[in-house]
Amino acid sequence: MPLTLTPNFSEPGKRYFRAFSPGDDFYEMLIDAHRDLSDEQSAMLNAKLILLLANQIGDLSVLRAALAQARDGV
Amino acid sequence: MLKTYAYPKYEYQQPQEQLERSVARYPVVIVGAGPVGMAAAIDCRLHGIPVVLLDEDDTVSVGSRGVCYAKRALEILDRLGVGDRVVAKGVSWNVGRTFFRDEEVFNFNLLPEPDHKRPGMINLQQYYLEEYLVDRCVELGVDMRWKNRVVSVQRMSDGVRATIETPDGTYGIEAEWLIAADGARSPIRKQMGLEVEGKVFQDRFLIADVVMKADFPAERWFWFDPPFHPNQSVLLHRQADNVWRIDFQLGWNADPEEEKKPEKVIPRIKAMLGDEREFELEWVSVYTFQCRRMQEFRHGRVLFVGDAAHQVSPFGARGANSGIQDADNLVWKLKLVLDGKALEGLLDTYSTERVAAADENLMNSTRSTDFITPKSAASRTFRNAVLTLAEHHTFARALVNSGRLSVPVVLADSPLTTADEEPFSGSMVPGAPMDDAPVGIGDKKAWLLDQVGNTFQLLYFTDVAERLAGKLDELRGLSMDAVPVEPVIISEKAGAMDGVRVLHDLMHLVARRYDAREGSVYLLRPDQHVVARWRKFDAHKIRAAVARATCNPQ
Repeated sequence: MPLTLTPNFSEPGKRYFRAFSPGDDFYEMLIDAHRDLSDEQSAMLNAKLILLLANQIGDLSVLRAALAQARDGV
Repeated sequence: MLKTYAYPKYEYQQPQEQLERSVARYPVVIVGAGPVGMAAAIDCRLHGIPVVLLDEDDTVSVGSRGVCYAKRALEILDRLGVGDRVVAKGVSWNVGRTFFRDEEVFNFNLLPEPDHKRPGMINLQQYYLEEYLVDRCVELGVDMRWKNRVVSVQRMSDGVRATIETPDGTYGIEAEWLIAADGARSPIRKQMGLEVEGKVFQDRFLIADVVMKADFPAERWFWFDPPFHPNQSVLLHRQADNVWRIDFQLGWNADPEEEKKPEKVIPRIKAMLGDEREFELEWVSVYTFQCRRMQEFRHGRVLFVGDAAHQVSPFGARGANSGIQDADNLVWKLKLVLDGKALEGLLDTYSTERVAAADENLMNSTRSTDFITPKSAASRTFRNAVLTLAEHHTFARALVNSGRLSVPVVLADSPLTTADEEPFSGSMVPGAPMDDAPVGIGDKKAWLLDQVGNTFQLLYFTDVAERLAGKLDELRGLSMDAVPVEPVIISEKAGAMDGVRVLHDLMHLVARRYDAREGSVYLLRPDQHVVARWRKFDAHKIRAAVARATCNPQ
């Protein structure tokens, strides 16, 4: 499976009237998860989140492609 | 006095009842002649309601203020009779460019869906909109009273008594219903001791209106963290008369008085434009904002609309646009209650429906604000990562949030709608604001939204209008009910029918956008929202849905 780089957020059973809504829903959840954390705590949250999501994806070829994209230009 | 605009001065006249020392009673008194108060006043007149409009000042909005008017607001302004002037004077734009630091990361073209009368959004200084609304109020006989400041309101069981101050002293007035359109700081709300709850954003923004001497593209440019204004955001937008609006984020610690000085503002703009472009500074202001709303918009006989009821951040143009929709939602309900065709409880649904809309606007504008002005290091890192990825990947572009286009809320959970019994596809669900489409009347081209509104209506879809001749008596029956429903036939082929309007579905777009087939019917509210729809005409079901939409017993 190739790395998905087009908009891909949705929630099963939920109807969206506007295309931007699911992505904005996700981004708000993400920022809310970090609310009131110190920088160090935020870094720990991010590391745990990446590990959880990586395990969810599982496919190492996808993870390799994602890592390369993330590393690019940093 | 601006270089491009001369403020009108409207004449104060001493009110008749002040001269006579009497207290007059009116069905509707509106406080505040801003865009929302005037929209409500015009709508009252279109419904035949006598209306008094009080304003403490005697001119229009000072400064450009609200400059973006979105499609739904324009459609409402069409219904109110000022849409053409607003759109003719306004500026349309489609291209938006997003910059991060010193690079353009992407641009977009709004490319509005064709075959709608109005574009997604136009830009126009608020003073023009207000001037056109004043003209329309005068034309329709609104009793406009300039330099009339409400000093107190007193609630009564069957109305409201207001004490008003004019240059000639004070006088009293009684209203069956009072619409408070008196702005974000609403003195009426304060005097009634009503709370507004929400969030204050600790940030300041400088707005400058600039007249450009040279050509400059009609595009929206948004900078995140630009070299000429590090760590902050900047927005550039075109308005009418070659005036450009520039918003600089300043941060909470900026001194507003200092920042407003031309010697401070001009170098900022020069740095942004590069030195070679000539411009003149027209108007400057510094603002802060809050995201908050009242718990309820109806308090007995007082109805709060616009900024008095809810305030949002300016990102996404949801202030004036949502206020105009408040008026659109309120006035037809008020008319039914005044005429004794619905109980006061119908006005509680003004509150529930517009509270739901305010919550959606608050959510979207708060999200934009959080993206534009991150509140923590982690939030800033994510924001910058999104902007970096946006240069190459569409998923990240979709996450860039510099303000979401103001679109009307779908009142899907409203108690006034009737749920579908049969499946329909598309977006015209019960509660949705209507989609526009071209239609033909005889051999003239027209627009669907210009043909509906102000009363309940039934769109009846058919291939050939004449086929519905057998239903004529039943359709006429609906139009003679206490709450009348006017039938309008949407016919695939041009046709006519005695005593019933027929709209020709010129490009078959009405049927497509409403997923209609032979015999499908749509029940519409006076504010152009879908109430209910069926695959087959049934007068009994239609009457039940009208009763539900007016809070009457079924």
